Amino acid sequence: MNTTIMLFLLQDGITNGAIYALLGLALVLVFAVTRVILIPQGEFVTYGALSYAVLATGKVPGTAWLAMAMGLVALALDLFDARRSLRLKRVARAFALNIVLPAAILALAYGFASPKAPIAVNIALSLLIVAAIGLFLYRIAFQPIAHTSVLVLLIASVGCHLALQGLGLVFFGAEGLRGPALSNAALTIGPLRFTGQSLAVYGLTIGFIIALWLFFGFTLMGKALRATAVNRLGARLVGIRTTLSGQIAFLLASLIGAISGILIVPITTLYYDTGFLIGLKGFIAAIIGGLVSYPLTAVAALIVGSVEAFSSFYASNFKEVIVFTLILPVLVLRSLAAPAVEEEKD
Amino acid sequence: MHQRLPVIIFAAVMAAIPFIPGVPPFWIVLLNNIGLAALVAMGLVLLTGVGGLTSFGQAAFCGFGAYTTAVLTTAYGFSPWLTLPLALLVSGIAAVLLGIVTVRLSGHYLPLGTIAWGIGLFYLFSKLEFLGRNDGISGIPPLSIGSFRMLDPGSIYFAIWIGVLISALLTMNLLDSRTGRAIRALRRGHIAGEAFGVQTPRAKLLVFIYAAVLAGLSGWLYAHFQRAANPTPFGAQAGIEYLFIAVVGGAGYVWGAVLGAGIVVILKEVLQSYLPYVFGGQSQLETIVFGILLVVLLQLAPTGVWPWLMARLPLKPGRKIPDTSLPLAKRERTPASAAVLLQIEKARKQFGGVIAVNDVSFDVQAREIVALIGPNGAGKSTTFNLITGVLTTTGGTISVLGHKVDNAPPQEVVKLGVSRTFQHVKLVPDMTVLENVAIGAHLRGSSGAISSMFRLDRADEAKLLAEAARQIERVGLGDQIDQLAGSLSLGQQRIVEIARALCVDPLLLLLDEPAAGLRHMEKQRLAALLRQLRDGGMSVLLVEHDMGFVMDLADRIVVLDFGTKIAEGTPAAIKTNPDVIKAYLGATA
Repeated sequence: MNTTIMLFLLQDGITNGAIYALLGLALVLVFAVTRVILIPQGEFVTYGALSYAVLATGKVPGTAWLAMAMGLVALALDLFDARRSLRLKRVARAFALNIVLPAAILALAYGFASPKAPIAVNIALSLLIVAAIGLFLYRIAFQPIAHTSVLVLLIASVGCHLALQGLGLVFFGAEGLRGPALSNAALTIGPLRFTGQSLAVYGLTIGFIIALWLFFGFTLMGKALRATAVNRLGARLVGIRTTLSGQIAFLLASLIGAISGILIVPITTLYYDTGFLIGLKGFIAAIIGGLVSYPLTAVAALIVGSVEAFSSFYASNFKEVIVFTLILPVLVLRSLAAPAVEEEKD
Repeated sequence: MHQRLPVIIFAAVMAAIPFIPGVPPFWIVLLNNIGLAALVAMGLVLLTGVGGLTSFGQAAFCGFGAYTTAVLTTAYGFSPWLTLPLALLVSGIAAVLLGIVTVRLSGHYLPLGTIAWGIGLFYLFSKLEFLGRNDGISGIPPLSIGSFRMLDPGSIYFAIWIGVLISALLTMNLLDSRTGRAIRALRRGHIAGEAFGVQTPRAKLLVFIYAAVLAGLSGWLYAHFQRAANPTPFGAQAGIEYLFIAVVGGAGYVWGAVLGAGIVVILKEVLQSYLPYVFGGQSQLETIVFGILLVVLLQLAPTGVWPWLMARLPLKPGRKIPDTSLPLAKRERTPASAAVLLQIEKARKQFGGVIAVNDVSFDVQAREIVALIGPNGAGKSTTFNLITGVLTTTGGTISVLGHKVDNAPPQEVVKLGVSRTFQHVKLVPDMTVLENVAIGAHLRGSSGAISSMFRLDRADEAKLLAEAARQIERVGLGDQIDQLAGSLSLGQQRIVEIARALCVDPLLLLLDEPAAGLRHMEKQRLAALLRQLRDGGMSVLLVEHDMGFVMDLADRIVVLDFGTKIAEGTPAAIKTNPDVIKAYLGATA
């Protein structure tokens, strides 16, 4: 084996792996707080990436309108829930969150839409749009069934994935898009060339891992989020607003998804349905990490990325087969190591 | 469960549909698709709804079935009928291999694991040369009987729906049996089932294989219906859709699978054909609407359409009272190598730094009622779990009739004649009292899954149910025999647990707080029952907080405090023991 090829593959694998790690982290986060296995995570990736790419061409992406529409539905649900005690403050808050926020994002998008808009503005806009969608997605699809079983939440999650992926086709068309690179800087070490893009990928991934670890380990809000995951009722009894926890989790997950998307769209062409597969590889990492451990998930994601890079070189036909069956030995080890624990379901 | 009439009517209607003049051929195609989906969903009903194991990978098993027949008929010239058993076998073997690694996974690992290997297999199908890669295999011969070749949708229709009906009947038979009860108990956790001898990993693997074989059957039919097989219908999307069908119809209900398949297939068809007119030819709109409808439906009816429908139909299941005169053979006695029934010597259990049971020693003789008392957290329930093999000891020995049982699995302990109840009731709430109690007699029956499916287990089954009914009668719950266990009061549920434990035909009965939640009269009746059991030759070890109840009933009392035995003796001696008084009242009273 040629060392240079190996180094290239490894670099490629680590860059991909870092993205999978970001997504894996988001999945762990959402699952730990809401028990939702977030299949639409992949759609956050494509929405973030393609919104960014569309904004870069000077147009307003359809996702901005989707956020507006979801805000309207969320407002309707909020008002319906609050129909017995329609106090002005509550209505005003619902209105501000569900109507004013997406409307402002939409207005900003139209205000800044121009092919010459700075990259930072486009990034901020696409993050805002996807964050709003993530927030409203929880409000509309998951908050009303937050108490049900993991299975029901999972199926609802699949429903969201189907709807969002279909909408993705409507907004972005079947053609793939690429976005402009974040920076053109590059660094050469030996035979390897590190682009500013891939350095940004590494930096953000490490940053997120540390931030999440600090947030969940050392802040009251983080601990409250974890408490919600273990026992919703218990969390409510000690005064944690479980709805808020769910919203925060979805907000973070959609942000992470959108950031990953923006990070990869300059490297590879993304299609409306690419996100699903990328998200699933994040899943593999998250499962290997046991859906609880952030550092373990990150390490697993790097392994997934490297295995993918190497198998695409040596057995490109069976790349996906290898990546997805990677999970089997892990599952075997897990099932041998951890004796089944009694869990009361339903 | 014996509602043959609706099934016969359904079968007759389905058989008549193709002969109604003017039925568009397209409807028949739709019905074929419904039947194919219903088969897979039926497996999922058993796996997910009943057994509590969620799988997204069922479409891959369809793939095994379809590709087996595709390869064998096109490349090797096998007769389609000959490939049927082979297709089922291949799906079954695949399920064994994948099942061994997946079914042991608990909770959310299982669904995620199935997504992963489901996708992996999809890519494998689309890359393998001999499966025709992405193009798949075409030119699969049609099914034929003699010179009658099932070429058009109208003729294979019968093959598909006969398959659906037979599978539905077999599945219902399986659920209504000894094995079925073990499967139905899976979803509520494994401790209760294992305490009565159910091999839970084996039961899980069984449903996993069963579901895979049904999916394999669907795949085999699909290959001969389409006369071609390509990877697309066996991918992740399809796997998700099958699970969706089961949940929409009502996971847990065999006919829910058929109903769900009908709803989903027709809905998709309607969306595909009408949405473009409404919205002017926008592509992929049906997926969007489909996804949104799915979310809305789950919010309105999270348990599915079938139970919602059944609750609105004036159908009441007929009362089925078992014939209590049928005798059930006694449990096989293990030869005793010691006179003492239960001997605990220096039993110890540590959880990390906490010593829950600290070198406790005591014994239970034959025909004796021993009470284990102590303040909360004294280690009483932990001691029970050590005896019954739910927990393994850190040190010391526990033996039953001279056979060492520390670290033996629960299924082995119960074989020695030790049966128990639980402090937190562990019944299956959506099974009747009779069915719950019959789980207790699990080891005294022998019929397996295959014989139950073909109703060869009826003699065995009738004896088990008769025994269960006798024990229910004995504990005084005869009037509640066909109510759902979940609808009983907590006190009554504890009594149901006693009846279930009695079904083991035990030598030693372990009762964890049996009198909690009972009224005064009920407690007296329970005490009388326990005395009668002792006089009949049984021993009882009970944990109880009601001192009046314990002092009246027990022959001997063992007192634990913070995991350590502080006293042992007759009720009269314990009442005046200063250590015991101190432990309970906290001061030198």
